[in-house]
Amino acid sequence: MTAFVDIDDVTLVYKGATGDVHALDRLGFSLEKGDFAAVVGPSGCGKSSLMKLVTGLLPPDFGTIKIAGETVTGPVKMAGMAFQNPNMLPWRSVIDNVMLPLEIVQPHRSRFRAEKERYREQATRLLATVGLDGFADRYPWELSGGMQQRVSLCRALIHQPALLMLDEPFAALDAFTREELWCVLRDLWEEIRFTVILVTHDLREAVFLADYIHVISARPGRLVMTKTIDFPRPRSLDLLFDKDFADIVHELRAKIGEVRKS
Amino acid sequence: MTGTAERLSPWLFTIAMFLIWEAVCRFAKIDPFILPAPSEIFAAMNQYWWPLAKNSFVTLWTTMAGFALAVGFGIVLGLVVGWSRTIYRGLYPVLIGFNSVPKVAVVPILVIWFGIGEIPAILTAFLISFFPIVVNVATGLSTIEPELEDVLRALGASKLDIMLKVGIPRTQPYLFGALKVAITLAFVGTVVSETIAANAGLGFLMVQAGSNFQMPLVFAGLLLLAAEGIVMYAVFAYVEVHFTKWAHRSSMSAAG
Ligand SMILES: Nc1ncnc2c1ncn2[C@@H]1O[C@H](COP(=O)(O)OP(=O)(O)O)[C@@H](O)[C@H]1O
Ligand SMILES: [Mg+2]
Repeated sequence: MTAFVDIDDVTLVYKGATGDVHALDRLGFSLEKGDFAAVVGPSGCGKSSLMKLVTGLLPPDFGTIKIAGETVTGPVKMAGMAFQNPNMLPWRSVIDNVMLPLEIVQPHRSRFRAEKERYREQATRLLATVGLDGFADRYPWELSGGMQQRVSLCRALIHQPALLMLDEPFAALDAFTREELWCVLRDLWEEIRFTVILVTHDLREAVFLADYIHVISARPGRLVMTKTIDFPRPRSLDLLFDKDFADIVHELRAKIGEVRKS
Repeated sequence: MTGTAERLSPWLFTIAMFLIWEAVCRFAKIDPFILPAPSEIFAAMNQYWWPLAKNSFVTLWTTMAGFALAVGFGIVLGLVVGWSRTIYRGLYPVLIGFNSVPKVAVVPILVIWFGIGEIPAILTAFLISFFPIVVNVATGLSTIEPELEDVLRALGASKLDIMLKVGIPRTQPYLFGALKVAITLAFVGTVVSETIAANAGLGFLMVQAGSNFQMPLVFAGLLLLAAEGIVMYAVFAYVEVHFTKWAHRSSMSAAG
């Protein structure tokens, strides 16, 4: 079986007036359909750039990216994305924010007007899964940061994307809310089994959620290690206090400490 | 209690200002040719109410006409300028240059083109007030959060989609903020033009009254201008708050 996402030997250089920034260097890894991959690395190593490459928002200077066997040459037109900032549209209610992708992605786009009621139900159900029943008609400013981030996840998933890209989505949240949202994401993934790349600098988050962790070096970003995490699923938060869990986190931390110095 | 006080305070302050003005004029025996007392001004208003009303109306409608042109043209140009960085960079110096020309200097040209009357007043109001609308609409469009743009582009959104779904709605508070400023400027434009080249309007009336040494009437015109300005500002301030509640609640703040 060929990989669903295949990142092959990509290099990215930002050309700027003040000199070039060599962001990524011959980086590669792949994901099977339904895989949960995490990407960790020091700040500025090119993790967000990698997200842009995979979604086709930027072309690599060298190497290729394939999704479902097709080389990515422009925006992939289907990937769900969520960032540290929930990026809500403040003039839209929660449910209208969630339904935004349906107004853009085909085939929903052409059906949206005619089948709005059905889509509303779908969005309401999704909101309920992340613990936001009853909030559909509220506005983003009425929600806490953690709740907005849940909405942001729903927006990234409403069109049932084959690929979900998360760029440090929980970085701005307090520790308790963050752990709650790990569970929300875990449950969504168990249920829908989308393919996901999660960028994070929280090693515990990566180990708790992912099947594979790719460690990237300081700039220029190179792949320095891939760690397979095979704790049985579904995983519970108790795992965070497990000895094996701590060992893996330590191993990863040591590796990142190494690559930051070099 | 404090609520009522706060609601009444603008009125109280205005009345107090007139009372102090009146007192100063009386006790310092200021020549009414220099500064007429409010009582004399109100007497003039009473006496000349018809010409004042007629000319106020002319000023009002020419201002509104110029303002309406500015809103239409300003929104279109703002959308064009905000659409692409190239257009933005190309047009910006031109717009800045245009905006730095004092509009008084343009009035004689307008008079040569269109003759004396309402048209130069409307055009001056238009020229002076469209700039903040263009700038604010363009700013609203061109400052979409890059991450939000990424979210939409990864879904396959076209530039037009992004503008329709995000750019134009988020421009609203910037636009309404600009309207408040623009209406005041339009008013200035009309009056400037009326004082130079018109045969109607409050500006024209004040010049006429001045050359007849009717100082109370000049000041009556001035007070009416202030009143019209306040009312127009208030209307658009209300419209702004009413139509863009979300912008006041959420952290996003509009320029204005
Ligand atoms: N648009 C850009 N132009 C120039 N340099 C950029 C741009 N975006 C990111 N960079 C640079 O590329 C490097 C990697 O950035 P990024 O992918 O955001 O890193 P990370 O997400 O891992 O913190 C950084 O040094 C950053 O300064
Ligand atoms: Mg980043």
